[in-house]
Amino acid sequence: MAGKFFFIDTTRCTACRGCQIACKQYKKHSVSKTKQYGTYQNPQDLDENTFRLVRFSEHPSKVNSMAWYFFAEACRHCLKPACKKKVDQFKKDAIIVNDFGAVLYTDEMKGLEKSSKAIKQACPWSIPNYSKKEKQMVKCNMCFDRVEAGLPTACSKACPNGALNFGDEAAMKKLANERLAAAKKKFGGKGEVLDLEDVRALYLIIDEQSKYRPVA
Amino acid sequence: MTNHWIDIRNSDCILIMGSNAAENHPISMKWVTAAMDKGATLISVDPRFTRTSSKADIYAPLRSGTDIAFLGGMMNYILSNKKFHTEYAANYTNASFIVGSKYDFKDGLFSGFDPKKKAYDKSLWAFERDENGVPKRDLTLKDPRCVFQLMKKHYSRYDPKKVSAITGTSEKDLKKVWETYAKTGAVDKTGTIMYAMGWTQHTVGVQNIRMMAMIQLLLGNMGRPGGGVNALRGESNVQGSTDHCLLFHILPGYLKTPRASNDSLEAYNKKWTPTTNDPLSANWWGNTPKYSVSFLKSMFGEAATKENDFGYSWLPKLDDGVDYSWLTIFDEMYKGNFKGFFAWGQNPACSGANANKTRKALAKLDWMVNVNLFDNETASFWKGPGMKPDEIKTEVIFLPCATSVEKEGSITNSGRWSQWRYQGPKRLRGVKPDGDIMVELFEKIRELYKDGGTFPEPIHNLRWDFVKDGKFDAHAVAKLINGYFEKDATVKGKSFKKGTLVPSFAYLLTDGSTSSGNWLYCNSYTEKGNMAARRGKNDPTGMGLYLEWAWCWPVNRRIIYNRASVDLNGKPWSPNKNILEYKGGKWVGDVPDGGWPPMANKEKTKRPFIMKPDGVASVFGPGRADGPFPEHYEPIECPVEKNLMSGTYTNPVAPVYGTEADVYKTCDPRFPFVCTTYRVTEHWQTGVLTRWQPWLLETQPQLFVEMSLELAKLRGINNGEKCKVSSGRGEVEAVAMVTGRFKPFKIMGQTIHQVGLPWCFGWVHPEDGGDSANLLTPSTGDPNTRIPETKAFMVNVEKSGKRGA
Repeated sequence: MAGKFFFIDTTRCTACRGCQIACKQYKKHSVSKTKQYGTYQNPQDLDENTFRLVRFSEHPSKVNSMAWYFFAEACRHCLKPACKKKVDQFKKDAIIVNDFGAVLYTDEMKGLEKSSKAIKQACPWSIPNYSKKEKQMVKCNMCFDRVEAGLPTACSKACPNGALNFGDEAAMKKLANERLAAAKKKFGGKGEVLDLEDVRALYLIIDEQSKYRPVA
Repeated sequence: MTNHWIDIRNSDCILIMGSNAAENHPISMKWVTAAMDKGATLISVDPRFTRTSSKADIYAPLRSGTDIAFLGGMMNYILSNKKFHTEYAANYTNASFIVGSKYDFKDGLFSGFDPKKKAYDKSLWAFERDENGVPKRDLTLKDPRCVFQLMKKHYSRYDPKKVSAITGTSEKDLKKVWETYAKTGAVDKTGTIMYAMGWTQHTVGVQNIRMMAMIQLLLGNMGRPGGGVNALRGESNVQGSTDHCLLFHILPGYLKTPRASNDSLEAYNKKWTPTTNDPLSANWWGNTPKYSVSFLKSMFGEAATKENDFGYSWLPKLDDGVDYSWLTIFDEMYKGNFKGFFAWGQNPACSGANANKTRKALAKLDWMVNVNLFDNETASFWKGPGMKPDEIKTEVIFLPCATSVEKEGSITNSGRWSQWRYQGPKRLRGVKPDGDIMVELFEKIRELYKDGGTFPEPIHNLRWDFVKDGKFDAHAVAKLINGYFEKDATVKGKSFKKGTLVPSFAYLLTDGSTSSGNWLYCNSYTEKGNMAARRGKNDPTGMGLYLEWAWCWPVNRRIIYNRASVDLNGKPWSPNKNILEYKGGKWVGDVPDGGWPPMANKEKTKRPFIMKPDGVASVFGPGRADGPFPEHYEPIECPVEKNLMSGTYTNPVAPVYGTEADVYKTCDPRFPFVCTTYRVTEHWQTGVLTRWQPWLLETQPQLFVEMSLELAKLRGINNGEKCKVSSGRGEVEAVAMVTGRFKPFKIMGQTIHQVGLPWCFGWVHPEDGGDSANLLTPSTGDPNTRIPETKAFMVNVEKSGKRGA
């Protein structure tokens, strides 16, 4: 199967959180007990029940006085996954990359509880989390079962606004280029597709990355 | 909506004001984005920078309750800078009509005001008429008494400086919005408005919308693709429920509810059927008697005969001059004037203004039935905060019902499309669809009336042929809503057998030969089938009309008043905005608003606004309770001591109530901050359906109050901290969301803070979720509709546990 990619156009995201909920619904996830922390963002970070999280960040801006950025965070499905490299040190091929590029945590990950912190730290975005229920590290699996059945991922299926896209590499890269050009035109030359050569989840942003998500 | 969701993509400029579409109508943003991809400008005007504002090209803040000042200034800008579409305004609106000499406007009051009755004598606002009774017109728009000139004079008072002092919007931002939107007055451009409860829920709610409708008419945006006045309905089927008479003042199809003085069918039809002497006016409501008789035939079937006025006397009548709206119902209930109450598919203990009053009112009942999916604050009001269960006599019965997706039927969306849905999941055991509950209820009532009783005729004679095996049959009901020929008849040269479904409302008759439960839906379920179930994807105009997808009222017309989208020769005002064109002697495109030839054919034409008695749209609206032109008045609770526009402080005809629970605190230092209520994407209405849904609750778990950094500093409140929000009527505990998205306003030289809360929480569930924001809101509202003023009122905010301000 051709390699699959996500393309997330943050300039189109309205933070309806359809992707966040659709992920939980499809995967029949349990919930985390939350409270109101003084932000729309909830849960506060990715966790064992939350594989995709819309981050909300507000900043003063010269245009319209404010900017409110939304960033639908999840595993990037790296071309050379750092988590795999790390886990291979403990147990070879406990993490596999399937034929369309999904980085998958297999049941072989069970028993690596003590290495959880190291695995999380290996990820440039601190994506994976330890699940007490599954007794292993967990994260987005690119809905590989849906994709194998010819369906889009649950998150991209739910997106009403063309912000979260999923498809073959060529189509997603073409879309990313088109949207980048449009963004640059609209936002005075600003616009960037993050980590274009390294990941299967391409994010288009129009401001510094640190204004969208915590950057170490 | 005069237009429909997909049509938003045809717009050149989208104004989202009085709504937060990205938050509350997330799918609509798909079409907004599609328009922006083609170069459209998105403007967001809102007291708070919202999810919608985050996507806007232009954002402008305004103080809640000052929309008429904002838009009155826009009207002034359009008129003074000649940005209007002259030919459209002159021919398709009443801008050219001459207003009678008794009309006047002084210091915020229109002529005819009776301070004792708090009402206007609207007859003083009548047009001058010629010897044939047709309104006099001056198509040059120069007569000093014509609507256009009076309007120009009226809105010349709304200069940018004054508007800015009232709204708190900077003059720079005002100018940017006005200039950008007014560009849609160009003949080849259209602009649209997406509004919702942010406009309706005010003591000037109707006039907010009229003000925008007037702007749309002056700019030539009505009836056109990418234009219109578009109400984003607050619930997926609220359009359908309004069409089918959810409200007290209308029967299905917007027929008037009979008043006590309409003591015969003839008197009713005479009172409510408008007339015209203008040969160019179609005056479609002139058909009212056909629709009222067909409605009665659908109610009483064969028992409805010409001899008994088709059962007209069996319909309930409202007393003349008495209002039966939500606010009044709960006022009367509070005073102990109700015995029983069905709270069906609703949660008034959270959803209505002044929820403390509502909750106390429920305790005055003998019985209450709540039909709902889950336990809620209404069903359990007797054990709620501050209640003493052993002192409450109200017997509460809770009936669990099926969700909308667990049954078959239609839903009518904001764009007026009736879309048929099949049943999805099976219902749980013991849970019934509303229709079945109603059928059982009525059959029991009929049994009780078997041997007589008081006024048994309406019970005995009610038509009941849509019930199959004791169950509600959605198809049979939909067919009766469409209507049947009740006997063999010949109409317009076509013969129909008894029992045939009526093809469209043009075939309805006054002699009892036809039935139609709702004339507006006549054409929705015909001998060709269930039109709402259609799923055709053809779109010959390429403008997104999709005439074969579902069905749209009236008669599948996707854009109403669409004959105003063409010039006097029937050509689209702009070739890139073609949804309808007169070609080779017929109309091509959308279903036209009547098939008459274009206006240039003076012999055979009819004016395009066929629902208005004069055939033109009302820039001047002499039928409204509070004046023919919208005028800025302060909300009943406001932070300023005077109205900068006039000596008339608040809407002089707005209703206020007099019980001890009806407290109004204006300019009271104890309640110094403007407050508004709103919704969040993650919860539905009062949250009865969504608070029990763990995934959604996880995203929005608790009541919050949004406030500016400046206000938080003033009150020593930190982000995420619990605080107390109180009004003259109640208080709630909420988590502070301190944000730069709210900013203090400069109003008449003073700093005014505003806060806002969502109204989707309640004490029943979750345990620590907080209670309804409607505990704070006042019992007052619009004088035309009585929708409550929940979008602008006054509160205090302080740290939890702290006493006093």
